[in-house]
Amino acid sequence: MSLSVSLTHRLGDFALDVSFEAPDGVTMLYGRSGSGKTTIVNALAGLIQPDAGRISIGNVSLYDSKAGVSLPAHKRQVGYIFQEGRLFPHLTVQQNLTYGKWFASRREARADRSKIVEMLGIGPLLNRRPDGLSGGEKQRVAIGRALLARPRLLLADEPLAALDDARKDEILPYFERLRDELDVPIVYVSHASAEVTRLADTLVVLENGRLVRAGPATEVLSDPGVTPLGAGAAGVILEAQVVAHHDDGVTEVVAGGIPLLLPQMQASVGAHLRLRIEAQDVMIALARPQEISALNVLPATVAALRMGDGPGALVQLRSGKNLLLSRVTRRSVEALGLREGKPVFAVLKAVSIPRGAIGDIPKG
Amino acid sequence: MDWLSPQEWDAVALSLRVALWATLASLPFALIAAHLLARCSFPGKQLFNGLVHLPLVLPPVVTGYLLLVTFNLEAPLGQALSRVGIVFAFNWTGAALAAAIMAFPLMVRAIRLSIEAVDPKLEQAAATLGASPFWVYVTVTIPLILPGILAGSILAFAKAMGEFGATITFVSNIPGQTQTLPSAIYAFLQVPGSEKSALRLVVIAVFIAMGALLLSEVVSRRVARRIGQT
Repeated sequence: MSLSVSLTHRLGDFALDVSFEAPDGVTMLYGRSGSGKTTIVNALAGLIQPDAGRISIGNVSLYDSKAGVSLPAHKRQVGYIFQEGRLFPHLTVQQNLTYGKWFASRREARADRSKIVEMLGIGPLLNRRPDGLSGGEKQRVAIGRALLARPRLLLADEPLAALDDARKDEILPYFERLRDELDVPIVYVSHASAEVTRLADTLVVLENGRLVRAGPATEVLSDPGVTPLGAGAAGVILEAQVVAHHDDGVTEVVAGGIPLLLPQMQASVGAHLRLRIEAQDVMIALARPQEISALNVLPATVAALRMGDGPGALVQLRSGKNLLLSRVTRRSVEALGLREGKPVFAVLKAVSIPRGAIGDIPKG
Repeated sequence: MDWLSPQEWDAVALSLRVALWATLASLPFALIAAHLLARCSFPGKQLFNGLVHLPLVLPPVVTGYLLLVTFNLEAPLGQALSRVGIVFAFNWTGAALAAAIMAFPLMVRAIRLSIEAVDPKLEQAAATLGASPFWVYVTVTIPLILPGILAGSILAFAKAMGEFGATITFVSNIPGQTQTLPSAIYAFLQVPGSEKSALRLVVIAVFIAMGALLLSEVVSRRVARRIGQT
């Protein structure tokens, strides 16, 4: 089931005007604060009433200003994970978890409580009260509470922003499991690049209430014209599959038809994983370099060029089915005579695997 | 209880009954008024706020006089109510009405403050979990404002126990019918040789007031712990 959104909303000087599709998996709303991300999720949840537009999940219409449809928040079956958890202080963890169930009696029993409790590791907390929990524990309970209300859409508004780095690492894997194991679309608001590279299947980039770009995360991130994470942090994500572990401690994977060699990792042969290749870790050579330490030298063609305002430039390279970004100087662009269609070699200095990002990538 | 004369005992019992009814009867109205003041904006809100708080600043005797003018058996409203069997004038119910009106602002104030302290974000969270506005109110708002409701009720009860001016003006001071604890103390002080009766009632009044304060402290602490506001 996919979510379809088209909204206009005006609030003082701020004007929101966006439309995008969110298929299954994680759709990341990405942009600076004030770009309208939270306004969009609040409109999806029914917490604010937009001026006009349409929101539908599959063929269920949640909001349609032309047809005069606007389901109230409590009838939308939209799970919402808030930045601050918002657990009910007067209820135990157990009661918080089952709160949504009181109102969901007539819905089909889809969510399995013990499975979710086990998955989130909150079994030992059930009899405690929210004020005795750590930030990470609270957020795990909040995730469980939203899931147990059996949502047809899951919203997460910067669910990690209030946590320190250690707690973020604790919670992120749970969202990866949700992405991989749930069949509901997840709309996730963030302005942290780590969350984008680890979680996003679809990326919706916003600026001042307008859509800059929306599409599959691999595509949007490899577009040199967008660089939502900032030119300095530009880079692509590749979806890869483990082919073999070699005796000398090197793991071979294949991404988009191209074999890559990585330092050995804990993943069985056949496992899917996500690779991150930073633009600053990709060098360009006109001839295949000989006697070089880099393990991965890929034949590629220049697909696009973007000159920066300063001395830098971003080069988009196509290698097999993969798109890579390389950050070079304008001087190098001229010295090598780079232009669209020119065959080159991409030298990868580093390929990183976002931590914990090993798992099955959902199909579709 | 032969350490209290029948008249003294009547006054104590009547006062407890009046205060209890005044508290219980004004609670639903106080909840509504507090909710309107804390959450809603409507034309005339300041006027409404003023009216609610008026008994706090008016001389009690004025409140009593206004009640007498409104509810005496010759007045249209008093007549209409007496036809359906409700008589306030010179009746213990009138004492309860006077006490309720005098205590109302205190109760509204306590509940209003606790409603304003409730984070609307929690109510939004409840809505996203499928709770209709009614159920949000019952399962989230009410439990969170319970300490305010209790504090307001106990404050109102204590105020109702001690209400004198409006009561004596509205329903007079008839032993066994409208003579509350404060009216009885006043009456005994007017009669030479009754100082001991007055003193006994004074001691009882002090005990009831202290008891109410202690109870409110214990109860609100326990409730606060239950709802995680320690």
